[in-house]
Amino acid sequence: MSGRVLVGVKRVIDYAVKIRVKPDHTGVVTDGVKHSMNPFCEIAVEEAVKLKEKKLIQEVVAVSCGPQQSQETIRTALAMGADRGIHVEVSGKDYDSLGPLQVSKILAALAKKEEAQLVILGKQAIDDDCNQTGQMTAALLDWPQGTFASEVSLEAGKVKVVREIDGGLETIKINTPAVLTADLRLNTPRYATLPNIMKAKKKKIANMKPADLGVDLTSRLEVLRVDEPPQRQAGMKVETVEDLVGKLKEAGKV
Amino acid sequence: MNMTRFLVSLGKRTLLCYARHVGVSQRRCIKTHSRNLAYAKDLFLGQVNKTEVFPYPEIRNEELEEIKQFVAPVEKFFSEEVDSAKIDQEAKISPETLNGLKELGLFGIMIPEEYGGLGLTHTMYARLNEIIALDGSIAVTLAAHQAIGLKGILIAGNEAQKKKYLPKLASGEHIAAFCLTEAGSGSDAASIQTRATLSEDGKHYLLNGSKIWISNGGMADIMTVFARTEVEVDGVKKDKISAFIVERAFGGVTSGKPEDKLGIRGSYTCELSFDNVPVPVENVIGEVGGGFKIAMSILNSGRFSMGSSCAGMIKKLIELTSEYAATRKQFNKSLSEFGLIQEKFALMAINAYVMESMAYLTAGMMDRPGVPDCSLEAAMVKVFSSEGGWICCSEALQVLGGLGYTKNYPFERYVRDCRILPIFEGTNEILRIYVALTGMQYAGKVLSGKIKEMKKGNISMILGTMSKKLKTSLGASVDLGLTGKDWVVHRSLTESAKKFELNVNIFGSTVESLLYRYGKSIVDEQLILKKVADVVINLYAMTAVLSRASRSISIGLRNHDQEVLLTNTFCNEAFFKNNYLIVQLQKHSPENNDANIKKIAKAVLESREYICSHPLERTF
Repeated sequence: MSGRVLVGVKRVIDYAVKIRVKPDHTGVVTDGVKHSMNPFCEIAVEEAVKLKEKKLIQEVVAVSCGPQQSQETIRTALAMGADRGIHVEVSGKDYDSLGPLQVSKILAALAKKEEAQLVILGKQAIDDDCNQTGQMTAALLDWPQGTFASEVSLEAGKVKVVREIDGGLETIKINTPAVLTADLRLNTPRYATLPNIMKAKKKKIANMKPADLGVDLTSRLEVLRVDEPPQRQAGMKVETVEDLVGKLKEAGKV
Repeated sequence: MNMTRFLVSLGKRTLLCYARHVGVSQRRCIKTHSRNLAYAKDLFLGQVNKTEVFPYPEIRNEELEEIKQFVAPVEKFFSEEVDSAKIDQEAKISPETLNGLKELGLFGIMIPEEYGGLGLTHTMYARLNEIIALDGSIAVTLAAHQAIGLKGILIAGNEAQKKKYLPKLASGEHIAAFCLTEAGSGSDAASIQTRATLSEDGKHYLLNGSKIWISNGGMADIMTVFARTEVEVDGVKKDKISAFIVERAFGGVTSGKPEDKLGIRGSYTCELSFDNVPVPVENVIGEVGGGFKIAMSILNSGRFSMGSSCAGMIKKLIELTSEYAATRKQFNKSLSEFGLIQEKFALMAINAYVMESMAYLTAGMMDRPGVPDCSLEAAMVKVFSSEGGWICCSEALQVLGGLGYTKNYPFERYVRDCRILPIFEGTNEILRIYVALTGMQYAGKVLSGKIKEMKKGNISMILGTMSKKLKTSLGASVDLGLTGKDWVVHRSLTESAKKFELNVNIFGSTVESLLYRYGKSIVDEQLILKKVADVVINLYAMTAVLSRASRSISIGLRNHDQEVLLTNTFCNEAFFKNNYLIVQLQKHSPENNDANIKKIAKAVLESREYICSHPLERTF
């Protein structure tokens, strides 16, 4: 199967950073904080590049929605082996309220525009943990979806996906074009080596706005407040089961 | 006036020799050409060459983006794939780790792209070294390979040599080593005995001799070897040093087993023996007989990065140590609340700040078109950083007390790895002499030029010199133009800038009076030269922080008020240290202990032991 794969990459706060809530409780501190590509997006890029190396697809296009800095994330994808990038510029208030619904509208529009055979995304982002974008994109396109993929193999006109589910592993076969979302064990992403980063400089990143794709960014969600998780309270030791039941009744839990 | 004769003769000679009296009056030389020296030389004249160092060097936005891109995977690799404890314990870097480094492209950072390298600037090299320095063994292995091992081919090789050797060196398929030191020739590099004799047919040299302390010695495929060759100068046969590219594949090269070292244990250091190794004449780097100059150029060009390496290491130590200081409690308070612990963190922060500032200022100067000679500045960065790094590692260990002393924590490894820094790449003793003599030789040349003019009767020159001396002796305030109308130093730093200017001014007069007092024999006065070097190193450090902080304030970098604090604190400390050193350099200074120090040393060294009677002895 020859064709084009669209990979979505998101710029998030680096996993190793200690998150702090802004004093006005409207969000978390992002200024001057280290950002990098969402780990599940890295896995998605790796899978797409692997498919290209196996000559099962022809072109990998990396897409990111966000402010100017999102270009860094696209460049990392290019350094990992993507062929070109698309930066959909979203900044300011629009970026603050950007969520899975808007992103999936953008990705759906791009998938149609680029005539993609596959859209591969990370299963969720480590900042919002939504786990919605892949599923919404598939629905908007009316394409089949293979989510939580831990194994992907392409066959003529179809994709076999092994999915990690609560009960174990589920194998499904879906038609292309399709949307896949990458889970942790799908692969181990390669390092973007310095020579590859230099080669990536020559690869193109196209710029566009959501309006160019006819996408409306208004959000249906309003963030009321962001708080730190409550401090963990000390526990209590009890001697007997009766004590335990008594204490639980006191606390109104039973 | 015998000063005139001395100064004129100094001016005539382009080499200032540091003599090693070994019974025979054979003089070996530390080369001190004053070529196009960048900035520090004018400090010796009491002048500040503002345009060289203000404003602080900046890189373009694209370059900054690029560096950030490069830094991310290297940091990731070092935090996930490099097990420093294991490397230290097994005294080797695993092939997988080495391969990872090769694939990342770290073996050819400064090799031009056309030969397969990354073609990065000195500034970018310094930035990457901040991360690479997190593991001492890897840092030394990479530096031995590219900062010195293959540097000769880069800076002095011809096109054919570059095409043949650089691509495989850039990919790491071949590893390079720098072979200069021998058992009998360490600091005195010009005395090496390894010999290369031209064959009958004139097609190759036969190399014979042995080298010690060669980093990467056991795994190097390509070596830059320095050996004596016979050359003819004006019909007279002389021995001069030449530089050769030697492949292990030529045959006759044997490496010894790895040395069991205190630190950087993962770096393969060993002896190398050359037994009639045939080296084709095409493999001579540069000119036959021009090897010593090449060796010095290679060493001079690599030193500046020690500033950023040490800064990177100290920044990491601050993270690790502050974690402990914040959580460990004694006397019901966390360690971070105690003054003596706080002092250690201030020390580390100041040191990291100064080292960064000096390193990137020097790298920025080296990256300017025209390739200015920053060997003085690089040497100063090396001395400051190696000693600062050693002290900071030790203090960081101290914060953890007994825990820091165990192998369960990385601090003892950092201390052991750091100890090599003041020793290799030019011992700090040699570098101090080099810095002092080069600067004083330059000052001597300029001053002798002025004296010639005065003797010729150049009235304006005489009046100018006299009025300058009158002004300073009458205590007029010193203004070298750093602040005020055409300011280059931001007004928040005015006080520190004034202190700096004062220091520079007195330093200039001190140098002049030293030249007058000692003349030629200054070369033997190491205790004096050391103080001169320490002053000028402090002055360069002050320059770097004033320049960097001014820029940070002017463009509004985050946390620039912390930078102002660090700059002012450091300049204050350095100002008073310099004053004390300068006071000791005055004639008949009572603060100067040098004469007594020499007497003590003489007595001890003559008897080769401590000579005082035991305090419990009796005479009756």
